[in-house]
Amino acid sequence: MAKAIYGRKVGMTQIFTPAGDCVAVTVVKVGPCTVVRKKTAEGKDGYNALVLGFEDVRSCEYNGETVYKMNKPELGVFKAAGVDPCKSIHEVRMSSADLDKYEVGQKVNADIFVAGEVIDVIGTSKGSGFTGVMKRHNFGGAKRSHGAHEYMRHGGSIGTTSTPGRVMKNRKMAGQCGNERVTVQNLKVFSVDAEQNLILVKGSIPGANGSVVCVQDAAKSRHSL
Amino acid sequence: MTSPIISAIEKKQMRSDIPDFRVGDTVRVHVNIKEGDKERIQVYEGAVIRRSGGSSRESFTVRKISYGVGVERTFPVHSPKIAKIEVVVLGNVRRAKLYYLRDLRGKAARIKSVRTRKAFAVPVTGDAE
Repeated sequence: MAKAIYGRKVGMTQIFTPAGDCVAVTVVKVGPCTVVRKKTAEGKDGYNALVLGFEDVRSCEYNGETVYKMNKPELGVFKAAGVDPCKSIHEVRMSSADLDKYEVGQKVNADIFVAGEVIDVIGTSKGSGFTGVMKRHNFGGAKRSHGAHEYMRHGGSIGTTSTPGRVMKNRKMAGQCGNERVTVQNLKVFSVDAEQNLILVKGSIPGANGSVVCVQDAAKSRHSL
Repeated sequence: MTSPIISAIEKKQMRSDIPDFRVGDTVRVHVNIKEGDKERIQVYEGAVIRRSGGSSRESFTVRKISYGVGVERTFPVHSPKIAKIEVVVLGNVRRAKLYYLRDLRGKAARIKSVRTRKAFAVPVTGDAE
């Protein structure tokens, strides 16, 4: 991974291409992210990573000093780097060659991506709470007729009897659905608005509008640009 | 509520040369059709039975009877593929969606027309002025 940026999902809309085709896009308001720290394999961290800070921390003036809504140990990370405190920090693993392109304190903006680039987007999917197997795993449910009752949305059998005498691991059952980290691979950048720091992604991305997402270059794409 | 960022993007997509037409009007839609590297314009005329969606995402459906068969075609209002929209007849209807026309044939499927419409601030046809 050579580059990544954090942002918030704004929502979806559609864009007409010059040819007249209509493309569904997701608008992501990204960064600006601050490079807070660089972790190196040679140093005490033992691996290469870029530490990005995203969004400003709430602050106010008090007795002539700027006071941040963050505790002292957390602030120390930013004080050491000499950058303004950020609401959240995220790590991006990358090779040392890629890491050299960044400097601590540098701002990362939408213009690291160009239109047509293949990307992965990571987000937190919308939570549906505790749901049954039909909604969570797309089970078919049971038939409604022939005297069936109280069994319409059940999942059926969950295994055999005394051999092996237990339910196999990873058996699909009811439970928490959604609200988990989801990566969508090989999406395409439709266009980039460097002025407003917007990335328009072709297709949909996980999560609700306003949720934090990570846009990074594709891990497995065989065709770039 | 739509975000102001999305509204701005959609506003940029919108065309200003689309005439004010409503459900019930008879319109003539000039559609750009690409065949290989040749381009020609096809005219599709019929009654507007539905307008749906908002801002740049808005679409409308035109219904006509072609060789005795009802044909409905839906266009995005702001599509670059639409060369021109002409309003031929102003209709006077009391519904937002004219799905009832699908069950009617011949004389019964006519739409009452009006000469003028008060709310028309812009010219009736797109190219007039």
